[in-house]
Amino acid sequence: MNEKSITSIIDEFGLVSASKIPPLGKYLRETWRRWDFILELARARSTAEYSDSLLGRIWQLLTPLLNAAIYFFIFGILLGTKKGIENYTAFLVAGVFVFNFMQATITIAASALPKNERLIQAIHFPKLVLPLAAVVQQIQQYFVSLVVLVAVVLFTGEPITVMWLAMPFVLILQILFTTGLGLILARWGASSRDINQLLPFFTRSWRYVSGVFFSITIFTATFSVWVSTALQLNPGAVYIDLVRDSLMTSQTNEPIIWIMGVVWALLFFVVGLVYFYRGEKKYVN
Amino acid sequence: MSTDKIPTVLVDDLHVRYRVILGAGTGSAAGAMRSLLSGKSPGQLVKSVHAVKGVSLTAYEGDTIGLVGRNGSGKSSLLNAIAGLLQPSQGDVYTASRATLLGVKGALNKSVSGNRNITIGGLAMGMSRAEVEAMRADVIEFADLAEFIDMPMGTYSTGMQARLRFSIAAARQHEILLVDETLSTGDTEFRARSQAKIRELADSAGTVFLVAHSQTMIREVCNRAIWLDKGVIKLDGKTDEVLDAYDADIQEKKVAKEAGN
Repeated sequence: MNEKSITSIIDEFGLVSASKIPPLGKYLRETWRRWDFILELARARSTAEYSDSLLGRIWQLLTPLLNAAIYFFIFGILLGTKKGIENYTAFLVAGVFVFNFMQATITIAASALPKNERLIQAIHFPKLVLPLAAVVQQIQQYFVSLVVLVAVVLFTGEPITVMWLAMPFVLILQILFTTGLGLILARWGASSRDINQLLPFFTRSWRYVSGVFFSITIFTATFSVWVSTALQLNPGAVYIDLVRDSLMTSQTNEPIIWIMGVVWALLFFVVGLVYFYRGEKKYVN
Repeated sequence: MSTDKIPTVLVDDLHVRYRVILGAGTGSAAGAMRSLLSGKSPGQLVKSVHAVKGVSLTAYEGDTIGLVGRNGSGKSSLLNAIAGLLQPSQGDVYTASRATLLGVKGALNKSVSGNRNITIGGLAMGMSRAEVEAMRADVIEFADLAEFIDMPMGTYSTGMQARLRFSIAAARQHEILLVDETLSTGDTEFRARSQAKIRELADSAGTVFLVAHSQTMIREVCNRAIWLDKGVIKLDGKTDEVLDAYDADIQEKKVAKEAGN
């Protein structure tokens, strides 16, 4: 067969390349069409995670509670980091939960493709569903944590204010950012198993510069303004501060923090989506 | 080429290479950093296998094509490339609709129940929840796993996993069906049933590619056969002609080998 006859057959009978990745728009529609598949994968992950333990899904609630208690004991009581922070308990719990969501999501997203190797080898589907399932599963977990957070905030005497209305908006921004970062890591994780070795060091460092258990403003008071600004504008600190700002009267942010919340969300989401999509060919071999 | 036949699969100078990891190095963080920076995997011994070396063919509606050849001749790689599950390193495959690979390679997700695996498999193939529910009873019955269906698939034997996996994929109508039966681990009874099912699907599907254990089955079901040898097509034609030539070649090699000893 010569090239000409092949092209004419393809055109005449509407044949489609089995290996060609569809344009981004169509790719996203195919992913969206598999929304139920994403939910099912997220559910399967949750089931697998909790089915082995005696307390089962109660861990979804216990884990965030224990985390908050440990951090409060170490940093609030033993080390006394709370200097200068009003309502340190709520401040700390907000920091831990908001950050843990980002950390857990990107960690799971990074291994989403190698973990589902069997599925990838068996059935053809847009691989975007795999990291998205990781995000969806962690959002479910996050909402349980947020219920605990709201309880802690109210219990420690914070009033319900009009700022609470900003919470859904803050969460959407945070989820968009986290999804984007997760997608970038998912592509790296597909080609290099090493990423899982490095990620814990990265997330730990990130945690320490994001003001999870201390106030960046107070802590960096003696530092140069550049260091202080860089720490405050890093996405980790931004989303933690936005949640604190929304739920706690003692915490307020400069408008720049809100602007950065939007900027990081859109930037990472779009870049992550396109970057992951452009690697689609590499995920099957 | 006759004009009345409708082509459904067109394979154009297809080459498939895949990488095999022969051994993994120790996963230290320092090594991980080095390999990320250099873009190489120093700890891993990777070998590239050139499994399909320039295959071209056209399959038409109504064709049931048997693939024969020794182990490593590229049969499975060819099927995987047609299904879009392996990326060609050169050339391409064009299909009238997405081809489905009916493999029998174990659980999709070992940590959840067989029932959940049915859902995962169906949804991954692009079915709706309603379609999955409609097929569920048939799948369980065909796989003969009713009492185990709510247990995690990790607790299944390899044979049980293969049965469920086959049943999930076979429950659906396919325009282009690729059957790779060589990895089948089911028992004799299930094998007989799965072969009957393959025949049924071959009758209803538009185009079928079949890699099977049994030559008898290929002779019975297929109107055309392709003999693959070391990644290239050695012969493509009527089933009996191709299989007779293939058998003769095997006999010849056997005799030559015995004479050599």
